[in-house]
Amino acid sequence: MSSSSAFNDEKGGSSSVGEPEYGHDPASGGIFSSDYKRHDDLKEMLDSNKDSLKLEAMKRIVAMIARGKNASDLFPAVVKNVACKNIEVKKLVYVYLVRYAEEQQDLALLSISTFQRGLKDPNQLIRASALRVLSSIRVTIIVPIMMLAIKEAASDMSPYVRKTAAHAIPKLYSLDPEQKDQLIEVIEKLLADKTTLVAGSVVMAFEEVCPERIDLIHKNYRKLCNLLIDVEEWGQVVIINMLTRYARTQFLNPNINESLLEEGSSSDKTFYGSEEDEDDEEEKEKKAEAVAIAKRKPYVMDPDHRLLLRNTKPLLQSRNAAVVMAVAQLYFHLAPKAEVGVIAKALVRLLRSHSEVQYVVLQNVATMTIKRRGMFEPYLKSFYIRSTDPTQIKILKLEVLTNLANETNISTILREFQTYIKSMDKDFVAATIQAIGRCATNIGEVRDTCLNGLVQLLSNRDELVVAESVVVIKKLLQMQPEKHSDIIKHMAKLTDNIQVPMARASILWLIGEYCEHVPKIAPDVLRKMAKSFTNEEDIVKLQIINLAAKLYLTNSKQTKLLTQYVLNLAKYDQNYDIRDRARFIRQLIVPTEKSGALSKYAKKLFLALKPAPVLESPFKDRDHFQLGSLSHLLNAKAGGYQELPDWPEAAPDPSVRNVEVPEWTKCSSREKRKEKKVEKPFYSDSEGESGPTESADSESDSASSSERSSGSSDSGSGSESEESEEASDSEEEEEDEEEKDKKKKKKKKETKKPRQQSESEQTSDEEEKKRERKSKQCKSDSESESEEEESESESSQSESEESESEAEVKKKKAAESKPPPKPVKKESKKEKKEMSLLDLDDFEPAPSPQVTPVNTFLSNSLVTDLEGLSLSDTVLSPATISPSSALKNYELLHRITGEGLSVEYCFSRQPFSPDGNMVAVQMQFTNSATADAKSLHMEDVKLQSGMRVKEFPEIELLPAGETATAVMGIDFCDSTQAANFQLCTHTRKFFVSIQPPVGELMRPVFLTENEFKKEQGQLMGMNEITEKLTLDAKCRNEHSIVQRVTTAVNVSRVPCGSDKECRFAGRTVTSGSLVLITVVTKEEGAAQLTVNCEKMLIGTMLVKDVLLALTQ
Amino acid sequence: MIHSLFLINRSGDIFLEKHWKSVISRSVCDYFFEAKEKAVEPEDVPPVLQTPHHYLISIFRGKLFFLSVIQTEIPPLFVIEFLHRVADTMQDYFGECSESVLKDNVVTVYELLEEMLDNGFPLATESNVLKEMIRPPTILRSVVNTLTGGSNVGGTLPTGQLSNIPWRRAGVKYTNNEAYFDVIEEIDAIVDKSGSTVFAEIQGVIEACVRLSGMPDLTLSFMNPRLLDDVSFHPCVRYKRWESERVLSFIPPDGNFILMNYHVSSQNLVAIPVYAKQSISFFETGSCGRLDITIGPKQAMGKTVESLMVRIHMPKAVLSANLTATQGNYTYDLATKVLVWDIGKLNPQKLPNLRGSLTTQAGAPKPEDNPSLNIEFKIQQLAISGLKVSRLDMHGEKYKPFKGVKYLTKAGKFQVRT
Repeated sequence: MSSSSAFNDEKGGSSSVGEPEYGHDPASGGIFSSDYKRHDDLKEMLDSNKDSLKLEAMKRIVAMIARGKNASDLFPAVVKNVACKNIEVKKLVYVYLVRYAEEQQDLALLSISTFQRGLKDPNQLIRASALRVLSSIRVTIIVPIMMLAIKEAASDMSPYVRKTAAHAIPKLYSLDPEQKDQLIEVIEKLLADKTTLVAGSVVMAFEEVCPERIDLIHKNYRKLCNLLIDVEEWGQVVIINMLTRYARTQFLNPNINESLLEEGSSSDKTFYGSEEDEDDEEEKEKKAEAVAIAKRKPYVMDPDHRLLLRNTKPLLQSRNAAVVMAVAQLYFHLAPKAEVGVIAKALVRLLRSHSEVQYVVLQNVATMTIKRRGMFEPYLKSFYIRSTDPTQIKILKLEVLTNLANETNISTILREFQTYIKSMDKDFVAATIQAIGRCATNIGEVRDTCLNGLVQLLSNRDELVVAESVVVIKKLLQMQPEKHSDIIKHMAKLTDNIQVPMARASILWLIGEYCEHVPKIAPDVLRKMAKSFTNEEDIVKLQIINLAAKLYLTNSKQTKLLTQYVLNLAKYDQNYDIRDRARFIRQLIVPTEKSGALSKYAKKLFLALKPAPVLESPFKDRDHFQLGSLSHLLNAKAGGYQELPDWPEAAPDPSVRNVEVPEWTKCSSREKRKEKKVEKPFYSDSEGESGPTESADSESDSASSSERSSGSSDSGSGSESEESEEASDSEEEEEDEEEKDKKKKKKKKETKKPRQQSESEQTSDEEEKKRERKSKQCKSDSESESEEEESESESSQSESEESESEAEVKKKKAAESKPPPKPVKKESKKEKKEMSLLDLDDFEPAPSPQVTPVNTFLSNSLVTDLEGLSLSDTVLSPATISPSSALKNYELLHRITGEGLSVEYCFSRQPFSPDGNMVAVQMQFTNSATADAKSLHMEDVKLQSGMRVKEFPEIELLPAGETATAVMGIDFCDSTQAANFQLCTHTRKFFVSIQPPVGELMRPVFLTENEFKKEQGQLMGMNEITEKLTLDAKCRNEHSIVQRVTTAVNVSRVPCGSDKECRFAGRTVTSGSLVLITVVTKEEGAAQLTVNCEKMLIGTMLVKDVLLALTQ
Repeated sequence: MIHSLFLINRSGDIFLEKHWKSVISRSVCDYFFEAKEKAVEPEDVPPVLQTPHHYLISIFRGKLFFLSVIQTEIPPLFVIEFLHRVADTMQDYFGECSESVLKDNVVTVYELLEEMLDNGFPLATESNVLKEMIRPPTILRSVVNTLTGGSNVGGTLPTGQLSNIPWRRAGVKYTNNEAYFDVIEEIDAIVDKSGSTVFAEIQGVIEACVRLSGMPDLTLSFMNPRLLDDVSFHPCVRYKRWESERVLSFIPPDGNFILMNYHVSSQNLVAIPVYAKQSISFFETGSCGRLDITIGPKQAMGKTVESLMVRIHMPKAVLSANLTATQGNYTYDLATKVLVWDIGKLNPQKLPNLRGSLTTQAGAPKPEDNPSLNIEFKIQQLAISGLKVSRLDMHGEKYKPFKGVKYLTKAGKFQVRT
């Protein structure tokens, strides 16, 4: 700095106020004087007529700038050449101008007219570069000129110029923030641009100027989603990050029904669960609407939300790490839990990249693993550490490995850690020891193993290793000190050798804290420490005082004098902390006449039970920052960081994203949904066509599209109009619905039973198809959720499922062929009719499409289904089920053993909505005692490995003589092992156990006859068990066979041509293995039972149960 | 967005600076130098640093630090990826990315940086586009330019910028039309002391060199695409066709580029081509140690293992090595404590062996641990995963191109623990 300012003085003070500081460059120190001369010949060269000389001069000047030297005194000479013909000279002049214009504002104005001329040039390249330089000149006087130029360029023909305009917006904004309002107008205009070239740049401008104006995005949301894949990579990153925030404000949390207990459940499980939820919610919606608007809106994924997830997914395959990370964070923040897993593979791939990329990715993975451990578990080995990794990468990988550790993989991880401890990199070794400590606290099973391992490390030669181990052992011992007095003794011995202060302090603290466990050693340690007190580090001294105080309180006979001695030493210590501590402790523990009230409690103060430290990941709770952001990496809010908003309670109106077309003004609000539908193909069109073409094209494109969409208003012809008619039909229907909601609901309920009954025995093919289609729809997650759209299912499905390009082709075809409108109408009517059937289906939980044709049982299960829906919907505030008669009740707690409290349970055969893999167990509590029972809950669940339980919510009060019901979920892991637990009231605890009959471990599935045969064909041999039997006299007709089988086993009937044969199908709840049952009847009550099941054990047990059911 | 860029050499001199917004003083780099002092190796410098007013994001490439200054929130990977792209571009233009080369071509570098970012936001990063705007220096052209006063800067807007395929320049013409693809696979492995594999996976890359006239549309298909577990593509590859048909369909950029990266599913067992028998031990007394290493072929699929090299990071206490190698020669670098044994071709009949004694610092405690072996090798004409290109088709152009595929297997991060 000093030399460069000296240099400026030398030249006669051309330096201005804004002159930046330059570091001293020793290499160039000697040339300053010659530099001065050289500037003269540079000026000469610039003034010459020859382009080659000018070029040479400019090159030398730019080289000076690049090296950070000051070349500002050449400004007038350089600016003269701004209009030079030679394009390279011109470019270099621009470089110079942009660099120094800020310092020489008046002179810079000379060049402005050149750029203004350039803005009108017929060549788009020149227009763009003129705008680029003009906007880069940071001179406030020209703000109005820039504003004008940007506005003009924003409607330029060339998308390249428009892109440049988008880039110019943040430049102008930083120069003069007061222009914000005008700039927002330009941004709004450019956001509507349909070319991929502009999209990234304008979103960037949006983020810099007005990130809070989320409303500007609505209309462009779908376009941005569709263009995304064709935008250049940098633009993709910016758009994805912005859309993540947008989605957080506009859509509902897809994991809203997720319970924390479910963490780590497999993907299809949740998928299954969420499907249930949908139906539940629908059901609830119908009920609630009749009463009042639901407090919590049902979760149905907005199609726009789905669109975003679908369109970003391919970008995980991008070569650009930033794009991959952007998609990964989008999925992490927005996707349903089951879908987040797809990002793991891509992130693991990035670990092969440059070490800086690894560093950032590992930070983010570390945060993700805390929330979603299961996602990265399959890639555990990819996080193994190599000795050549940089230390910071090693430590991050260690963090990830620690987060991934669980009961199943802990042994592998510990073995891996063992090799790390031998590393040469001591920081890394220390981090490994801490990681072991964390594994030990988190996973109880290995605590002892870890502790033993760490104790072995105490004899390690490296002192750092020993010290770190001591610190970690101290934390571990705090959890269960009783068991480990020998370790404490061992550590006491270490005080002779260990010199690391932190380790010494830790040992002393341990001995003091648990001095009862080592009553003989503790005073001796204190004796030694008293001896070396003066030479210890401060933290050690403090702990010596602590130890002395604690010993004084517990064993004052032996240690009274020692304590006095230590306190005296401390009294004259150099450190005031230690002096203070000594004074404080003396007052507290040594009884004097003046001693205050506190000294009575000294023992309580010092020997209070201290909670064991929680070893937590430093990455915990970091996910409140948007992942992948700078703020997340630093764990501190960076300037300009936009908070990731929380999900809204209720979704804002989705119709704001519909693009308005002038002709549509007369549409009533109820048609808006329709509008959405029509747009879809239009967008896929635009995706194909609106590549970066000249604006003329894109304009015509938009024109044609508006024409097309206008077609869907009444007057138009063509495919859309047909669709719209069809739709409006169904819309009317929908409207009806909306109006007569209440009525209908009642009606539906009434009609439901008879209709299903009439359907009984044979399920029409049509219905089957419907079902299939429906389930498919659910899976494709297209806009199938709400009723009215279901009625359009055929068309909407085809759109969503086919790739866009195909959709486009289809559209065109449809337009060409123009089928007569009448059939369509008919069809829609037909659909209307069917719709009510569909609605009926909706009342049933989707995963158990139940087609049991037996009247009594059906109606029964229907009731329970309905109840189940309302129930599983409100798991948090459990509703009650009146146990239906057909379900077998089992006794959990007898009235006598339960001292008046009796508990019965039955398997309600409802899908347990918090977790699809659990069997719902409905419990009925009856309090026949005279006193009220309070706070009924369960405790101390003992399970076989793999089994899980979702406890029923606590029943706070069960008054005498009353009955209450609750539902719990148990994942039996497809075994008939009992789940044991304690049932607690406020006074008593009862040991109880629930053992499921094998028939309750499955849920019904619906198969067609052909599917059944096909599946059966695959489950032959060992998987097939056949038994001959004689049917019970009362049970010789088909009806009763079906009834008995379905009562014993939770399966559904499979349609069958022959009346001599009954078939049933189900799946086990946890593993989803197929279970097929066939009963063939012969003369005289003879029959043959066949069970096909992949799990032989289940098959065998099932045969027994069914035999029993049929023969008795 | 990216505010400024400083290029810093290993000794800490700033030799180039570029600002895309108003100028930021060099003194901001002091925070970086501080962190650099603390770090043992240049790789240990944290890539992201926080200073009172700025954030510094840096990469270390080819003995140079690329340090960018950021003022507001921006995804760090965005910056890191961009800096690497800058380094790649320099490499592409000048053949290498070193201080001397960048200093020699400082004006071109400056022009490139000017085009790559506008106001801190990437503008043109595709090498094809850049090359049309700023021609890479060649000796012939620089001679011609000095004589005629011509320039290296293109006068027209690169057509690529405006088309759907920004990666390809228009009007390409070659007399010999050729397309070469190199399938290069790297084995990453950790082998433990007993010789069993702790972890192994195969990472592959397809590097392409395409010199075809016009606008060729290529389709590359594999015999066994199911092998590929995870892939990432150059933007030119049509993702939909890969999803549906498992073929690579693309309009290639002109020149050299990386077509795809892939990962072979870990379910497949990875063949480990070499094994190492080693014993490195240090004695409690006498401040010395013994080293004995033998390398042998394991599953090399009948091909010869070439360019075999063993690299060992010795403990700090090891002063010198007195060894004899039956094949190749070894060097021990005292400063970095790295023992390199360059073997060359592996002869299965006569296994190469390196043995001898190590001298450790007198009085220093015996080194705690045994250093691990990093092995490098190459196997020509083999893709260890078994991936095979079945055919390459071209549409859109009339001529017959010359096509070629080459396979190569290399050791990636191949480590033997001891």
